Amino acid sequence: MVSRLKKFYMNDKIIVPVIAVVVSLFIAAIVMLLIGKNPFIAYGALIYGAFGTEGALINNIMKATPLILTGLAVGFGFRAGLFNIGANGQLIIGALLATYVGAHMSTFPFYLSIPLTLAVGMVGGALWAAIAGWLKVARGAHEVITTIMLNYVAVFIANFVVNGPFQAPGGVPKSPEIAYSARFPDLLTTGATWLSAGIFVALAAVAVVYVIIEKTKTGYEVKAVGLNPYAAEYGGISISKNTILAMAISGALAGLAGTMQVMGVYYRYLGSLGGGMGFDGITIALIGQNDPIGIAFAAFLISSIRTGSNQMQIAGVSKNIVIIIQGIIIFLVAANRLVKSLMFWKKGAEEA
Amino acid sequence: MVGEIFPYLFVFERMVFVEKGKKDYSDYAVVMEQIVKKFPGVLANDHVDLFVKRGEIHALVGENGAGKTTLMSQLYGLINPNSGKIYINGVETKIKNPNDAITAKIGMVHQHFMLVDRLSVVENVVLGMEPSRGPFFAIDKARDQIKKLSKRFGLYVEPNAIIEDLPVGSQQRVEIIKVLYRGAEILVLDEPTAVLTPQETEELFKILRTLKSQGKTIIFITHKLHEIMAVTDSVTVMRLGKVTGIVKTSETNSRELARMMVGRDVLLRVEKDKAKVGTEIFKVEDLHVKENRGIEAVKGVNLSVRRGEIVGVAGVAGNGQTELVEAITGLRKVEEGHVIFKKTNITNISPKRRREMGMGHIPEDRLKHGLVTSFPLYYNFILGRHDSPQFCDGSFLKMPEIKRSSEELVKRFDVRPPSIDILGANLSGGNQQKVIIAREFSFNPDFMAVAQPTRGLDIGAIEFIHKTIISMRDKGVGILLVSMELEEIFSLSDRILVMYEGQIMGEVTPDATSTEEIGLMMAGHRLEDLRAQEA
Repeated sequence: MVSRLKKFYMNDKIIVPVIAVVVSLFIAAIVMLLIGKNPFIAYGALIYGAFGTEGALINNIMKATPLILTGLAVGFGFRAGLFNIGANGQLIIGALLATYVGAHMSTFPFYLSIPLTLAVGMVGGALWAAIAGWLKVARGAHEVITTIMLNYVAVFIANFVVNGPFQAPGGVPKSPEIAYSARFPDLLTTGATWLSAGIFVALAAVAVVYVIIEKTKTGYEVKAVGLNPYAAEYGGISISKNTILAMAISGALAGLAGTMQVMGVYYRYLGSLGGGMGFDGITIALIGQNDPIGIAFAAFLISSIRTGSNQMQIAGVSKNIVIIIQGIIIFLVAANRLVKSLMFWKKGAEEA
Repeated sequence: MVGEIFPYLFVFERMVFVEKGKKDYSDYAVVMEQIVKKFPGVLANDHVDLFVKRGEIHALVGENGAGKTTLMSQLYGLINPNSGKIYINGVETKIKNPNDAITAKIGMVHQHFMLVDRLSVVENVVLGMEPSRGPFFAIDKARDQIKKLSKRFGLYVEPNAIIEDLPVGSQQRVEIIKVLYRGAEILVLDEPTAVLTPQETEELFKILRTLKSQGKTIIFITHKLHEIMAVTDSVTVMRLGKVTGIVKTSETNSRELARMMVGRDVLLRVEKDKAKVGTEIFKVEDLHVKENRGIEAVKGVNLSVRRGEIVGVAGVAGNGQTELVEAITGLRKVEEGHVIFKKTNITNISPKRRREMGMGHIPEDRLKHGLVTSFPLYYNFILGRHDSPQFCDGSFLKMPEIKRSSEELVKRFDVRPPSIDILGANLSGGNQQKVIIAREFSFNPDFMAVAQPTRGLDIGAIEFIHKTIISMRDKGVGILLVSMELEEIFSLSDRILVMYEGQIMGEVTPDATSTEEIGLMMAGHRLEDLRAQEA
């Protein structure tokens, strides 16, 4: 009985998202049929658009890179019982600082300037997130509120900076470019798209986060605080320290996502650089069940359907269908918890 | 269990049979007959009978967890019984929800007030039944009615005052007015004095007497014996979900009530040798601690524990024991006084430091403090020592060692099922407790605060846990045992302290005292007074 329950749980992490994806594709197919389109053609185009050509694949991976990182950021926060909605702000601050440092790296060799720029971007995100952690610990302010507000602060700071003190010549709201030595090398180039080495940084981050969560004292403490702060405190684990630390790690990952965009994609800070990736991180963490490896897959899933959607549009089916697919996946993954808790509640009552 | 309640059965049976024989309940405001209520894992009410005459103040007493509140929640329709009948004024009445209860003129004043802090007294009282003038709220009408009510029953409150500005005693009066405003004839008060100062309690008793003189029937839930003696007409005593006595207040005394509340004889005698007591290892001096609402819960406690002895703290639940243990283990702030461990003042140092110094803690609430239920056992086994050199080399956890030592503990403490990968939540209560005890003792502590180690466990688990605690004592660990189970205190302790309203009433040894004496101390009599009376 018990081992069966355990199995159920262990598989659950995989089964739930997989079923959610399958069901959502099915429902979207029905929608397409209702509007008189052929779902097979649409999905064929989607897959072709995401994986069919070298360019598509590169595009896909480039889109996935920052999503893996923001997913990890939000997922790590969740493991510590923190809902970091501020990945966007942390990403912006990280990107901005990385740009600033990267722009002053022209005299450094790449083996110094790349790690330094990366580190600065991470520290920027970490400090920005730590503000919310500190506010929670010291003043009891809920991180959802403070991180949302810090998002705005970050946006306005960045707008100010790239419109004045750190603006590229020409009056456009963007920063100067970073030095060549601070750019990620391109692995592949096809036409106008290139694959930067950033994906390896993101995958390394997956491994590092996995190790932190599963193998280290920090991970143990952070999880204990997230799962049962009372027991954590009883066990001598500092709730304050771990709350700030978990926010900082989460923020560092978001900052790294922004830094990736600077070092591998735009080579400068632009207002649109963050997009909604911080919020996509929430979706991805949810689909990935807050598991680092799950998050990597979830990020690829989202980047694939987004990349493929253009091809689908060309095939005559609105690309907005992918928003429906994404919405249904989230709905099912989230609603599944509801269903599961109902099941457990019922079981508890029966056992009496 | 039967043995414990045997002496009272005669009282109980006599009354029940008389009542059942005639089945005429017209003199009774409330009759609850053979009420059974099951909750997951517990039988909260086991064929409970309650007879409350019209116009009396009836006390419903028992320790925390005896099933009093459960019984009253069924009378008020908050939960529904699995079986049993309720008669109101002699008529069988189905009470499915609080609306039915209000229709039957039953009102309940909850332990935790159900008031809107930011609204005024008037607004709170009429909430949901606002008098109106056309589409408008006629607040002046409401105010007049409330003034009338408060005058009639001596419940003085300022109708326009905002709730959050009022002291607790006044808030309670607002609750009572609220109930009366809804036309209640039968008032249920759930531990109304728990939050009150002695002066406010006196005020409340005056109000209760006035209500009674105006023909209201009052059911008064409490576990404080002197209050029963002071204000009630008759008493129903509950213990572990059963009625253990029905008596008239005038025909009983605190001593008898205490006995009925805590059970009679100690059945579980644990085999143990005489303690080989060593040097003093732990001491508390003039300790003052506040509970969550800011009221002082521990009021100047002094106690000491030596190596190799078990010091038991007895008392009815809610007399400051929880706060005492939390203060000792660093989970709650000490307001005044000192905690001294191994001759070091540790009064407000972190739980982590205390653990490093060799203090263990078996917490009262195993699910809240003792376990991370979503952690597998091997993680739970290192909680509190996860950063010790045994389990951690700086920043990485030594997983093989953690698993090895967990396997060993699972075997040694016979945790079932014997798997270290199972989640804490999926173990039975007894096995969860075994995990906590195994963990705490495996850290080789010198002093251990043990709170309610066997609450809710079956006999087998209790025996095992008792033996473990004794064997640790024999290894020279100083143990402070806090328990609401008098039997447990008697069978394990080498010395017994009795706590009442945050103070120690006296210290006795188990072979030189009696259940009655402890019961009286638990009811607020000081040992020196008792001994003086005897002399």
